[in-house]
Amino acid sequence: MCWAVAAAADVAVPPLSGRVVDQTGTLSSGDIASLTQTLKSLEARKGSQVAVLIVPTTAPETIEQYSIRVAEAWKIGRKKIDDGALLVVAKNDRHLRIEVGYGLEGSLTDATTKRIIDEDITPKFKAGDFAGGITAGVNRMIRVIDGEQLPAPEPPHWQGPGSFSIDPLNPFLIIPVLLLGGLMRSMLGRLIGSAATGGLVTLVAWYLFGSLLAAVLAGVIASVFVMFSGSIVSPAPGRRGGGGGWSGGGYGGSYSGGGGSSSSSSDSGGFSGGGGNFGGGGASGSW
Amino acid sequence: MRRFWTVLGALATLSLTNCGYNVIQTNDEQVKSSWSEVVNQYQRRADLVPNLVNSVKGFAQQEKDVLLGVTNARAKVGSIQATPEVLNDPGAFAKFQAAQGELTNALSRLLVVTENYPQLKSDALFRDLIAQLEGTENRITVARNRYIKAVQDYNVTVRSFPTNLTAMAFGYKEKPNFAVANEKEISTAPKVDFNPTPATPAK
Repeated sequence: MCWAVAAAADVAVPPLSGRVVDQTGTLSSGDIASLTQTLKSLEARKGSQVAVLIVPTTAPETIEQYSIRVAEAWKIGRKKIDDGALLVVAKNDRHLRIEVGYGLEGSLTDATTKRIIDEDITPKFKAGDFAGGITAGVNRMIRVIDGEQLPAPEPPHWQGPGSFSIDPLNPFLIIPVLLLGGLMRSMLGRLIGSAATGGLVTLVAWYLFGSLLAAVLAGVIASVFVMFSGSIVSPAPGRRGGGGGWSGGGYGGSYSGGGGSSSSSSDSGGFSGGGGNFGGGGASGSW
Repeated sequence: MRRFWTVLGALATLSLTNCGYNVIQTNDEQVKSSWSEVVNQYQRRADLVPNLVNSVKGFAQQEKDVLLGVTNARAKVGSIQATPEVLNDPGAFAKFQAAQGELTNALSRLLVVTENYPQLKSDALFRDLIAQLEGTENRITVARNRYIKAVQDYNVTVRSFPTNLTAMAFGYKEKPNFAVANEKEISTAPKVDFNPTPATPAK
């Protein structure tokens, strides 16, 4: 149990440098590349994320304790869907475990996972064929996952030059908008000025955040404020300044915009977890 | 003078929200939901028992004592209602833990006995059930760990100054945690003795 008093430190969770993390040098780079490709096409096809980790040992922890720590740190699988699975091999301990996320427990049941380990992986491991065993296990896991009903993966849609996940109602954005609004008002009059500001804000927000709905909302809010708030650049005293200050501060808080929903690995290059959660499901085996 | 009162009023409302009430609520809900998860996984284990007993009976019906032990332990667990109210009553919590511990022991004894029946061990249904049992035990462990963390956060909040004042004002007490000593006792694996024992007279 994790209460065991151990002088040795726990094995650190390695960083998620890719879909296949091999700290023992067991797999050749060709193996790693083809495995990564298989896993990548699974994610493109189903949205589910599977990763492989090979460590020399998990001592003093059991492989179950170590795997859940890795799964909680890496968070593979999509957020709220939790469709991640992790294959952990502790080579020197001769133990392995498949850790299954909540969302895959329907198809990758404990019994199924145990069978994958006993029938596909450990026979090959016993013969010394680690690459073959891992590939066979992963392929079978993918076949099982393909049979599961999961929400379709997000297509890598155009997100604009910056799919910023910044708060579009950030006060630092509001001030320039209000200044612009004030300028427009004094140039074009209240009605046209606010409409023009709203239109401009909509265009810019759409370009920046990629979401038309959020952009239109931002534009409407901007034009309403320009219409009704005191113009910041007008020379009216006291009350006006107070009005401008209130509208700037009043935004700040709650709504942290819908723009820039960060999807996990929609482009080539870095692989990162999608925020999936694990509950301890799966199975372990040894050879 | 008016300014003084406004400042004081602001500080008072600020302290109410920031000096703990909301934090206590959040932590309390966290404890409740992680406790529900623990109960959920224990229930899942209890649900596996009838199938397990039946599958063993098919090959080892002479092991009546052990099978009866498991069935009785399961019935006892089923009779205890583990609502979140259990967390506010240390006696009920201890009873719950004890009952689950007995089921764990009974299951260990059953598994030891099945070592003597190679036919049973190679039965596909039995293997699946054992895989499910092991998976459920792991889920129980994970759920317990998360509960322990949640209770730790809650207890720290309820005991720290100044949130302990808010806690006392509203009647929030510490919640029980799984005791380590108990756990050591429960998790001792039964000794596996391969020496043939002389026949013991019936009790």
